[in-house]
Amino acid sequence: MKIAIQNGTIVNNNEKFKANVLIEGDRIVKITSDEIEADVKIDASGKFIMPGLIDMHVHFRDPGYEYKDDIISGSQAAVAGGVTTCLCMANTNPVNDNASITREMIRKARECGLIDLMPIAAISKGLGGKELVEMGDLIEAGAVAFSDDGLPVSSSSVMRAALEYSKMFGSFCISHSEDCSLCRQGVMHEGKVSAILGLKGMAREKEEIAVSRDMLLAKLTNAHIHIAHVSSEYSLKIIEMGRKEGINITCEVTPHHFSFSDDDILQNAYDANFKMSPPLREISDIKAIREALKSGLVDVIATDHAPHHNDEKIVEFDRAPFGIIGLQTLVPLTLKLVKEGVISLERMVELTSANAAKMLNLKDKGRIAEGMLADIAVIDPDIEYIYDEKINRSKSINSPLFGKNLKGAAVVTIKSGKIVYKFGE
Amino acid sequence: MSYKRKDLLGTIDLSTDEILYFLDAAKEFKNLNLQDIKKIDYLRGKTTINAFYENSTRTRTSFEIAAKRLGADTINFSSSNSSVNKGETLIDTMNNMAAMKSDIIVLRHPSSGAAKLASKHTDASIVNAGDGMNEHPSQALLDLFTLREFGKSLDSNTTVAIVGDIARSRVARSDAWAMNTLGMNVKIFAPTMMMPKNAEVFNAHICKNMEEACEGSDVIIMLRIQLERGDGDVSFPSSREYSKFFGLNKKRIALANKNAIVLHPGPINRGVELNSDVADGEHSVILNQVESGVAMRMAILNTLIKNRG
Repeated sequence: MKIAIQNGTIVNNNEKFKANVLIEGDRIVKITSDEIEADVKIDASGKFIMPGLIDMHVHFRDPGYEYKDDIISGSQAAVAGGVTTCLCMANTNPVNDNASITREMIRKARECGLIDLMPIAAISKGLGGKELVEMGDLIEAGAVAFSDDGLPVSSSSVMRAALEYSKMFGSFCISHSEDCSLCRQGVMHEGKVSAILGLKGMAREKEEIAVSRDMLLAKLTNAHIHIAHVSSEYSLKIIEMGRKEGINITCEVTPHHFSFSDDDILQNAYDANFKMSPPLREISDIKAIREALKSGLVDVIATDHAPHHNDEKIVEFDRAPFGIIGLQTLVPLTLKLVKEGVISLERMVELTSANAAKMLNLKDKGRIAEGMLADIAVIDPDIEYIYDEKINRSKSINSPLFGKNLKGAAVVTIKSGKIVYKFGE
Repeated sequence: MSYKRKDLLGTIDLSTDEILYFLDAAKEFKNLNLQDIKKIDYLRGKTTINAFYENSTRTRTSFEIAAKRLGADTINFSSSNSSVNKGETLIDTMNNMAAMKSDIIVLRHPSSGAAKLASKHTDASIVNAGDGMNEHPSQALLDLFTLREFGKSLDSNTTVAIVGDIARSRVARSDAWAMNTLGMNVKIFAPTMMMPKNAEVFNAHICKNMEEACEGSDVIIMLRIQLERGDGDVSFPSSREYSKFFGLNKKRIALANKNAIVLHPGPINRGVELNSDVADGEHSVILNQVESGVAMRMAILNTLIKNRG
């Protein structure tokens, strides 16, 4: 079957031009200004044709917590957000610390057939922070990187070994950067708002200390460290310094960290949908993150899609779990950055797919070009809608944006040449 | 001007008029409490529930006496002997209490924001009797009532020092917000690890030591050191050292203004934040606070019942 996407603007990380796209089988076979004959025609007038988004940081809670999301609902939320490739974190139950879990996650996602699911395996067995997982075996089974995300690896020796060993297999480690000994039981950013609300704060330095350590370990081992969900200004300064020194350090930021601040917790009276780890920080941090998105320091925007059941979130703020869903709000929040002139459309593509494809060595993803895999998001920057139960595909609704008006969305998502999502259907 | 809201959750958003309304209302009940027969039937047929998720003696008893003196039926429950132990959520518990046609729920809870959460999800009126480190509004109102009784003006002519574990104190917050609104001069002092980051939000002068806190103060509010807390935070090295550098004694009180008064929300750690010679001394109005507490709580319960129509 042939699919034609017509009259849209193709956006890659280094170019933007009007053209028609012909898809045949699972590939993009032609990009042309000519009329195309096809079985299915998609009119993309006024819309952007972007490479399918790659989200390097999601939690599908499968296996173990399927009432929050599972691989099927997670995949549905992904494609509804224009995301065609997801890297799933290992804090499932049982933990993804062995090849059989990794294989099962991939099998289930393939059976569902909406996205490519690439598991991130744990660094340590059972996320215990002590014994390394069988990294070679896990890579063979399909794992693409290693992280104990949700928990930091507190032992520097274990982290050093993880970096050294993952490098042997051409892979890398992702750091959930937190020095938990700095402040226990913190539930939000430590600052003016925590002082007013009487909530236990987490100092920025809790993150910055861990970023520094893991960067130094990457220097020691000459391995690649990727810093997940950077939230503070000084963390970015540390990463910038490391980059200049030639240390192999990359990083991601989340849409919620460049969109909200701790002041939103004050304005929204302890709403636990503003509770995440790392916590929402201050305006100065948001500014720094936006500057780093602009300058190229940040490599990737990732959602940290973290579903939690409503019953778990409508509780006392300090008792609620950390995290919010994000797959379906990635596009509107990132497009907002474009509209505000923080980043260009091309940079948006770089941050949401091209850089991740490069980091993960996915040669046929991250670009709209002839011969590439037909993973495509057709994005309407002007569509306005309420993000509600009709739109939401996740099993969870733990988002501060739930019920709010949003602008911009993926209106058609194509995965390996198949239409897997259409807005409103 | 009176108070028209469904709940009393904190002092942070109370207006000057609302604060003064409660102080005036409590005066009437203070007089009643001095009578031989201390009971009226303003709340006859009404039900109040004291839902205490944390240990408390004086606040719970104070609210219970207040409700009973107004003629209400009042029920006490604590988390240790309730369905909370079976895993029931706060909202479910509150809704169950409301379904039994309770008019007011007085809530004491270890989580900041719990009272706000409860108020959002239940029809009963919620009185915040202390939520985590956030607020304890009835304590602040009774503190102000006590100040007024001892002739302190509730304006910029009065300087109040709040001393102790500011970071974790809901009393400090409620006092500071209300005193800010009234335009009073507020000073705060704590050992550094007990002072929150960004303490400037309290809109208070941050003192360097006890001497500075006491000097020129008309009122000194000493906070309780929470010796029982085991939340892993580094606190202070010893009670002995705390007493030496951060405790209130006669020598330090002498630096305060003439007729200065000393308040404490209780229970006191004698010999730690307060020496007994101060706690039981001429400047102490701690028992007056307790006495006024009943009147203030009667004013609060009565007002919220009236607001329910």
